[in-house]
Amino acid sequence: MRKMLAAVSRVLSGVSQKPASRVLVASRNFANDATFEIKKCDLHRLEEGPPITTVLTREDGLRYYRMMQTVRRMELKADQLYKQKIIRGFCHLCDGQEACCVGLEAGINPTDHLITAYRAHGFTFTRGLSVREILAELTGRRGGCAKGKGGSMHMYAKNFYGGNGIVGAQVPLGAGIALACKYNGKDEVCLTLYGDGAANQGQIFEAYNMAALWKLPCIFICENNRYGMGTSVERAAASTDYYKRGDFIPGLRVDGMDVLCVREATRFAAAYCRSGKGPILMELQTYRYHGHSMSDPGVSYRTREEIQEVRSKSDPIMLLKDRMVNSNLASVEELKEIDVEVRKEIEDAAQFATADPEPPLEELGYHIYSSDPPFEVRGANQWIKFKSIS
Amino acid sequence: MVAVSGLMQRPLEKVSGLLRRHFHWIAPMVLQVTVCEAINQSMDKELERDEKVFLLGEEVAQYDGTYKVSQGLWKIYGDKRIIDIPIYEMGFAGNAVGTAMGGLRPICEFMTFNFSMQAIDQDINSGLPPMPIVFRGPNDTSAGMAAQHSQCFAAQYGYCPGLNVDELMYGVPFEFHSEAQSKHLLISIGKAKIERQGTHITIVAYSKPVGHCLEAATVLSKEGIECEVINMRTIRPMDIETIEASVMKTNHLITVEGGWSQFGVRAEICGRIMEGPAFNFLDAPPVCVTGPEVPMPYAKILEDNSIPQVKDIKFAIKKHIKYLVWT
Repeated sequence: MRKMLAAVSRVLSGVSQKPASRVLVASRNFANDATFEIKKCDLHRLEEGPPITTVLTREDGLRYYRMMQTVRRMELKADQLYKQKIIRGFCHLCDGQEACCVGLEAGINPTDHLITAYRAHGFTFTRGLSVREILAELTGRRGGCAKGKGGSMHMYAKNFYGGNGIVGAQVPLGAGIALACKYNGKDEVCLTLYGDGAANQGQIFEAYNMAALWKLPCIFICENNRYGMGTSVERAAASTDYYKRGDFIPGLRVDGMDVLCVREATRFAAAYCRSGKGPILMELQTYRYHGHSMSDPGVSYRTREEIQEVRSKSDPIMLLKDRMVNSNLASVEELKEIDVEVRKEIEDAAQFATADPEPPLEELGYHIYSSDPPFEVRGANQWIKFKSIS
Repeated sequence: MVAVSGLMQRPLEKVSGLLRRHFHWIAPMVLQVTVCEAINQSMDKELERDEKVFLLGEEVAQYDGTYKVSQGLWKIYGDKRIIDIPIYEMGFAGNAVGTAMGGLRPICEFMTFNFSMQAIDQDINSGLPPMPIVFRGPNDTSAGMAAQHSQCFAAQYGYCPGLNVDELMYGVPFEFHSEAQSKHLLISIGKAKIERQGTHITIVAYSKPVGHCLEAATVLSKEGIECEVINMRTIRPMDIETIEASVMKTNHLITVEGGWSQFGVRAEICGRIMEGPAFNFLDAPPVCVTGPEVPMPYAKILEDNSIPQVKDIKFAIKKHIKYLVWT
């Protein structure tokens, strides 16, 4: 909680800094808020959906912009560090999908819960961890959020359950978290995310059934970025209407490139769950610019023209920026300053992530259990022992 | 890499006399081939030989395979024989076993064996009644994969009667002599190979650690210790006879594996040695080199110390030195 508040205050204080060059900007009269039309969601088993207009305040707009830009820059920095071989193993980047993580967070409370698969760096940030902790985890250093032991696919925070490497396995987990929410009676919901590739896993349908049967406060969210690794949705799914795949579970198909559309849909879905009606399903139509992971160039199964077209017409950061500038919620210069601040934040974090030392070898056996008394762990042979502390 | 099959053993086919006469005056052509390429070639041969053989897996066709093991096969054999599937491990393992029941000979690829855990019921329970199916895929560790992508399943699958479990090694080139390049070469499942002859100590390993053992053996040879290195090749059925004969010759045993020690392959090797004739020939308890008993960490320094290295094998051998009797 403290870490999350620190992260939010860092973001907000960034907005309120006033160096000399911003005196001119500050003196300009911006609108406090503006109303925007958003795309109507396709509905499944629902009479009504989220509203088709929404009000965006200047404060919220600047915050969403900064968060999306931070996720974007952080992912591009991870790309760079991976190519320098400072990040190893698997690295699945989410640039292009920023509206999903920022929009979802905007629609829920910090006390709600979220679980996703391995394309998780953006969610780790929006759920409250700092870029420093995330990049240091990617570089395998002791300052990482999992002490360097987890890497890209195993990052966790308060009310954020990762970071899961096995496709689809997180969905029954998410339904289980929702069961715990209902059991505890605290009016919390669980956002359970999966991709279009995972959407054909049997265990997801098992989770749908138990969530609907027991009316669990679970929002199933399919982040449909059109490709499951190298396989397009048409080649993997008999039905690509992922928002209808829950059958007896009502569903929404949402423009996942529009942060406001995602926010409104999430508010609607969360209210539905909190009213005790049971689970709901959201399909976010989105796009990833990078390949599936850093070992996939991402152009053997789709064209560069397609990637370029999405970048130029549907980029989520560009969409928000245009809306804010055209409605006088912010100026181009102000947003450029945020860009500069974000770049600096990422650079500082990358410096930390490359300079921080690796975890000590003595801690190899630590944290196997959560609350056991210390014991000894066998090493590579019977004479090597590591101490294990919970 | 693990290949788990329900196939019965196939006999070694000898090169025909005619071919032998043809070759005797030509120096054998030796190629450098990686295990990936060798698997690719052998799948190609089997697909060509038998119409009932086909390959299914994630990204095996149009993507040419995640690790390029099936590269080029889709272009030759097409959609019917090389099948891209959605991500549904439990389902597709069951489907594959079903096609075998229906008279086909499927090769079912798991992107890594970590994912086979989702399908383990279909692999073991459904795949057991002798079923002509091969489940294959990468096993054990690779750099930076962390806890959920680094597990060795040799012990889990080796536990089950009715399965044949082979361990091979991706990525590293080996010399491939002309006889091995023959279309008709078949090798028995279940036969270990003595990679290096020795007299002082027997080292038994499979997959990647075999290379580490050979490296350790080369270094120790300079100090006068001659290690016999056995590559198990098959986990089940285990060629315990080759291991026993070697232990009865050297009187010392070391096992090396990447997986965890508790209930690992080493436990079976030691158990069988103790039950059999070789026990009375041991001059010292066997030493087992395994992965430490921790979930695979990500940070490089921790990962390096979570996998048996050449230094660990050398250390284990040197621990034995005090027992070695010099003749």
